[in-house]
Amino acid sequence: MAYGTKVLDHYENPRNVGSFDKTDPSVGTGMVGAPACGDVMKLQIRVNDAGVIEEARFKTYGCGSAIASSSLLTEWVKGKTLEEAGKIKNTDIAEELALPPVKIHCSVLAEDAIKAAIADYRKKTGKDENVNAA
Amino acid sequence: MRKPIYLDYSATTPVDPRVAEVMCRYLTMEGEFGNPASRSHAFGWQAEKAVEQARADVAALIHADPKEIVWTSGATESDNLALKGVAHFYQNKGRHIVTVKTEHKAILDTARQLEREGFTVTYLDPEPSGLLDLGKLEAALRPDTILVSVMHVNNEIGVIQDLAAISRIVKPRGIIFHSDAAQSAGKIPVDVAELGVDLLSLSAHKVYGPKGIGALYVRRKPRVRLEAQMHGGGHERGMRSGTLPTHQIVGMGEAFRIAREEMAEEAARLKGLRARLLNGLSDIEEVYVNGDLDRRIPGNLNISFNFVEGESLIMALKELAVSSGSACTSASLEPSYVLRALGRNDELAHSSIRFTMGRFTTEADVDYTIRLLHDKIGRLRELSPLWEMYKDGVDLNSVKWAAH
Repeated sequence: MAYGTKVLDHYENPRNVGSFDKTDPSVGTGMVGAPACGDVMKLQIRVNDAGVIEEARFKTYGCGSAIASSSLLTEWVKGKTLEEAGKIKNTDIAEELALPPVKIHCSVLAEDAIKAAIADYRKKTGKDENVNAA
Repeated sequence: MRKPIYLDYSATTPVDPRVAEVMCRYLTMEGEFGNPASRSHAFGWQAEKAVEQARADVAALIHADPKEIVWTSGATESDNLALKGVAHFYQNKGRHIVTVKTEHKAILDTARQLEREGFTVTYLDPEPSGLLDLGKLEAALRPDTILVSVMHVNNEIGVIQDLAAISRIVKPRGIIFHSDAAQSAGKIPVDVAELGVDLLSLSAHKVYGPKGIGALYVRRKPRVRLEAQMHGGGHERGMRSGTLPTHQIVGMGEAFRIAREEMAEEAARLKGLRARLLNGLSDIEEVYVNGDLDRRIPGNLNISFNFVEGESLIMALKELAVSSGSACTSASLEPSYVLRALGRNDELAHSSIRFTMGRFTTEADVDYTIRLLHDKIGRLRELSPLWEMYKDGVDLNSVKWAAH
């Protein structure tokens, strides 16, 4: 298994590892994947009143590509509005990290994780997608 | 770059320098390069003499008669020849075969092929220890069972099946008994009479010999018949045609001769190294040994580090050459079928690492491994949401996962 330099960099020096208090109303939590499949990603975002993601944290159980995908995602979403963050595509992550075809599912999982975190935040704050998008 | 520490001796072994030295004498013009089948000149006679000495050395390690050794290209070919050879020869007697789910793919895939040819195969589940329940084996035997194949030592978890006890169930019924001994020969005593096997697959490269050479033991008394799978010049008494690779064969012979002489001492040393490794890891939480620890070859330790995924762990252990039970490197994302067959849950099956130590492993290698594992397991668990949940007292089995 030969990993690309960007995957190795994120794997060796993962960014924004950790957890926020998931009961905090300004925090959205997304947990996707399953141990049975060999990867579980937990992504958390802290959102300010303007709907901008101020900080993100992750923890990932999975291969190097899964760890790198979630680490990269935490960098990308910081400073983005929820709407912008929700538009991040797995293909962007896969391309940035130069993931081989067998590892594409790791980037899919990362996309699912940010979508789940945004949905959780919106559910908590009572702002559904339509309201926010308007 | 410094080479990693090699702890994957069950995958393959380096050729012992003493073996390599002997092999070199059978290649060039100055050496004995002749075709062992050439009867008309000294080149052939000398090569044949070397082949027969090697045959005697291989036979001696398993307490067989040299005439019962058939050279093949390796254990995979031996397994193919044994299963297909018996099935094809005895198909009028019956068409049922019994084997185990934790066998090597060389057995399982050959069995699948025989199923496609119309044979019926029963794949037995092992116990959580990796060992076979003899009652379940007995219950699986039918009047039309012609062959039972059970590996001596499992390649992933290193557990040793009780072949003698299996033979006592199988043989009185007139069923042929085969075993893949690629992982046992040279590591633990193998005596074909004591074990009661009719066919035994052997490999050179697991025993410090070269790759590309193996053998099949074929019992002569009572005689076991095989239908050849490779046709040609009728070498190996018609069971396996093809010019004998003299240099490979003398390499296997020398490797098996050394194994016979040094096995006892080496096994004791490896057992000590394994105990040292296991002991060094005992203070890490949530570590599980896969398979029975006592009925196991000395150099194998297969352990699961719960809540850490195997492939990322291997990536973290780049200073070590080890293998993972998790097949995440392939597209399948399936954890080890061997660990699954033991009933290990998915997390543990995904979190396993196989350490296999051998002739050139040192105490310093083991100590370095212990230090590295402490460091990396801690780091990866800090990254693991499963570890965090475990530490928070969450029962992972109660979580509804979004499987993908």
